Amino acid sequence: MCLAIYGIVAVLIQTGLLSSFYQITLINVCINIVLAVSLNLIIGFTGQFSLGHAGFMSIGAYATAIVLRMMPNMYGLLIGAIVGMILAGVASLAVAIPTLRLRGDYLAIATLGFSEIIRIIMVNGGSLTNGAAGLSGIPKLNDWTISFVAVVLAVTVVANVIRSKAGRNCIAIRDDEIAAEDMGVNTTMYKTMAFAIGAMLAALAGAMYASYFYVIKPSTFNFNASINVLIIVVFGGIGSITGSIIGSLVLGVLTTMLQDLAYLRMIVYAVVLIIIMIFRPQGLLGDREFSMRTFKRWMTRRKGTAADDKAEG
Amino acid sequence: MMKKLLCLVAAIAMTFGLFGCGSGNTAAATIKIGINTEMTGAVASYGTAEQHGYDLAIKLTNANGGVLGKQIEVVELDNKSDSAESTSVATRLVSEKVSLILGPATTGDVQAELPVCEDSKIPMVTPSATGETVMMNGDKAYQYAYRTCFKDSYQGEILSKFVKNNLGMSNVVVLFDNNQDYTVGVKNSFVSSFQGLGGTVVDTEVYTSGDTDFASIITAFSGKKYDAIMIAGYYTEAGLIIKQARAQGIDCPIVGPDGFDSSELGGIAGADACNNVYFSTHYSSLDNSQAVADFVAAYKKEYNEEPNAFAALGYDAAMLAFDAITRANSTEPEKINAALASTTSFSGVTGTIAINDVHDAVKSGVIVKLTAGVQSEVIHVN
Amino acid sequence: MIQFLQQIVNSLSLGSVYVLVALGYTMVYGIIHLINFAHGDIYMVGAYLGYLCIVRFHMGFVPALLCTMVGTMVLGVIIERVAYKPLRNASRIAALITAIAVSILLEYVVMYFMGPDIKTYSAVLPSTIYHIGDVVVTFQQILIFLISIALMICLNLFVTRTKTGCAMRAVSADADAARLMGIDVDRTISITFALGSALAGAAGIMVGIYYNTINPLMGSTPGMKAFIAAVFGGVGSIPGAMIGGFVIAFIETMVGGYISSLLKDAVVYALLIVILIFKPSGLLGVNRREKV
Repeated sequence: MCLAIYGIVAVLIQTGLLSSFYQITLINVCINIVLAVSLNLIIGFTGQFSLGHAGFMSIGAYATAIVLRMMPNMYGLLIGAIVGMILAGVASLAVAIPTLRLRGDYLAIATLGFSEIIRIIMVNGGSLTNGAAGLSGIPKLNDWTISFVAVVLAVTVVANVIRSKAGRNCIAIRDDEIAAEDMGVNTTMYKTMAFAIGAMLAALAGAMYASYFYVIKPSTFNFNASINVLIIVVFGGIGSITGSIIGSLVLGVLTTMLQDLAYLRMIVYAVVLIIIMIFRPQGLLGDREFSMRTFKRWMTRRKGTAADDKAEG
Repeated sequence: MMKKLLCLVAAIAMTFGLFGCGSGNTAAATIKIGINTEMTGAVASYGTAEQHGYDLAIKLTNANGGVLGKQIEVVELDNKSDSAESTSVATRLVSEKVSLILGPATTGDVQAELPVCEDSKIPMVTPSATGETVMMNGDKAYQYAYRTCFKDSYQGEILSKFVKNNLGMSNVVVLFDNNQDYTVGVKNSFVSSFQGLGGTVVDTEVYTSGDTDFASIITAFSGKKYDAIMIAGYYTEAGLIIKQARAQGIDCPIVGPDGFDSSELGGIAGADACNNVYFSTHYSSLDNSQAVADFVAAYKKEYNEEPNAFAALGYDAAMLAFDAITRANSTEPEKINAALASTTSFSGVTGTIAINDVHDAVKSGVIVKLTAGVQSEVIHVN
Repeated sequence: MIQFLQQIVNSLSLGSVYVLVALGYTMVYGIIHLINFAHGDIYMVGAYLGYLCIVRFHMGFVPALLCTMVGTMVLGVIIERVAYKPLRNASRIAALITAIAVSILLEYVVMYFMGPDIKTYSAVLPSTIYHIGDVVVTFQQILIFLISIALMICLNLFVTRTKTGCAMRAVSADADAARLMGIDVDRTISITFALGSALAGAAGIMVGIYYNTINPLMGSTPGMKAFIAAVFGGVGSIPGAMIGGFVIAFIETMVGGYISSLLKDAVVYALLIVILIFKPSGLLGVNRREKV
């Protein structure tokens, strides 16, 4: 079934029905999906408020860019992405371990601080990162196929983590950290794990970005970038993978449609965000996921027979 | 989980399918030009100034009968000073079947657009990307990219010649913004040039764009012996540095590159501080030539303000484009590209421009002196 | 030595600004445990209100200062009532996200109406320079410093000597108990916001005059640094914020002058992380026990 979606869009692209402009939006949506589900793992499922996601993305982007410029082929992309992910994972340890004891607000500020420090390092990285000018002329090796694979990979990883015992521990930490600790959950380990996986996937998104947009600059990965991902996560539902996917899609399309309205667009986003927070703070989908079972049940319920409900048990 | 993905991504596909249909219409009676510029975002002031220049050129040309008898039709899009957005805008313009693209203003955004133009073989002209290697794709030059401004290395050279030869100063303090490739490029070129002429850089201090408090830096170098200060930066910070330095009693000449070129500089620094300030730039409205005077008058009439260098550069880029279309006698991008590449002598308000074999502009620059915050003198340096 | 003294003078005016903004952060956090991300933007709005007063309406310094403070005071109360009050009992994350959203809203509304470019103030204060030995001090620096100290003293008197100030401290310590004692908690919170915002507004207009340029995004970095100052001094502690503001400014100026201007931001952020690891309650703060 996955192949079906992949196939449909690939055909659309080949026949030119999907103009290259909209292809860019599509790839952007894919990148955002990866960013959103990885941030959701940290914030939505483990309850750790991280505002530094852009920092991890930048590590992936720079690693990929540097390697790709040396090896402009698919191996380069693969190696660059993997290197980026490992580095981001290590960096996330540097972020997570000192901040383990922090709660909510303080953690947010600390992660923000870390992200800024990473950005300042990139600006001062000498000839490796080319400072503020960033790296240009990066070969464009990303396309729908690769992006699709990356999205599937990211969503699979996060979904499987959530469904596992580790994931349940993370959710326990989110719901009540002290109780979880009392129940014997090693909060340190799981929080760090969530950060690490989230960071590595963010680096993957960075690799996707670098291999599609030719140019990367430190200023691309600033606080605003982190906030944009946060908006998607909140909008879609804190704690819902489906929500993150839908959120990325909707906001990606909206961004394209409202491309000409720069400031108004941000004002609208901000107002919508406030309204969502006041009236539906769990976001569009809350923490519900979409599954075939629910879909079937919804379809059959429309036929309105009690027998069906009984049959479901 | 896979099933989840099925329905959702099918939604993506369908949505895009709907959007994807349809393409731009090409009316044969007009010439379609695309503009990719920074209307919002960090460098919006340069982008909008250039946009005014483009628009004025288009308006005047259309009023005069257009190019090759056809009116110019324009598609203007905002890249929000973001490189990814610049790629997206360029792609969109290409899909709208424009004959040529004007802009963007800054090096990073230009670099994001270049591969798109190269692939789709649509020429682009940038008025102000001065980065050294912008036009180069590795060792070769990009075939479809042109610029109508000089490079950072040129500015560094004429500034250093001005300071050493015209002002006679040999000891300089250099302040630069390390957050912009433009400023770093100019600073490097100035330093190597100046030292090559026998001058000494007494001290180098770094700041970041967005800084407002330079007191600590100024204090740091005030103990040293120097004759002049060179600031490789934009007017927003340069104005503040001038203000704060003069407030501390520093009277020596202060020089800088075309980043200084803005009517805001005097306001930021304060009129009584903005004296003995010089900067290199592409043109000055003080210049005596008729072309400049006409341009300034037309611009003032349209926008009610003096045109700065970016507006003038934008105007020239557009006029060069129209000139190339006329010489090509066609609206086909390939032919326009060839005409652009063979430009030997185009008279613009920012000087006479020739395009060399790496698609850089060969032209001269000027040094402008500021007194009491306004331009008082124009000096030509060779 | 001269350079060192000069750097100290430089850091005093920077410090005064940080203190005024930090006070708002610390008071609001003390009373509703929310990091008001939008506080830095209230400072920015203050700068713009000052711009309008001085450049568009040609007011003098004192009237402009008062108008600005009143304006930001009102803005702060509105934000609190509309955006934060409904979320008093919601999760921390929801409240924080709302604060971020309010911050974005303020920035882009100002950008929409005033344009994204910098605006410059016209000269409204004399720019006299004094020389104490080889050290240069400007009239404006002295004025900013004195006004800030005056505002700090007023605030301290208000909080320690008046009934409302007492109420503020009570609600900070234990909101429920305060409510049981008959204190109007909602009103007290609004007053806290009002005071903090007024101070930020004052800082904004003074910065506008001193540095001469303002832009819609000018609130974010000073906001962060002021917050770090509040954390350093102990969030919830007013004297702590005062000390914190000057210390952070001092560190920033020294790093900028002696090491490198590039690293000064990174050093301040790193300092924040160090504080949070080793002494999250800050210098004068109180260690809060989390009850299960």
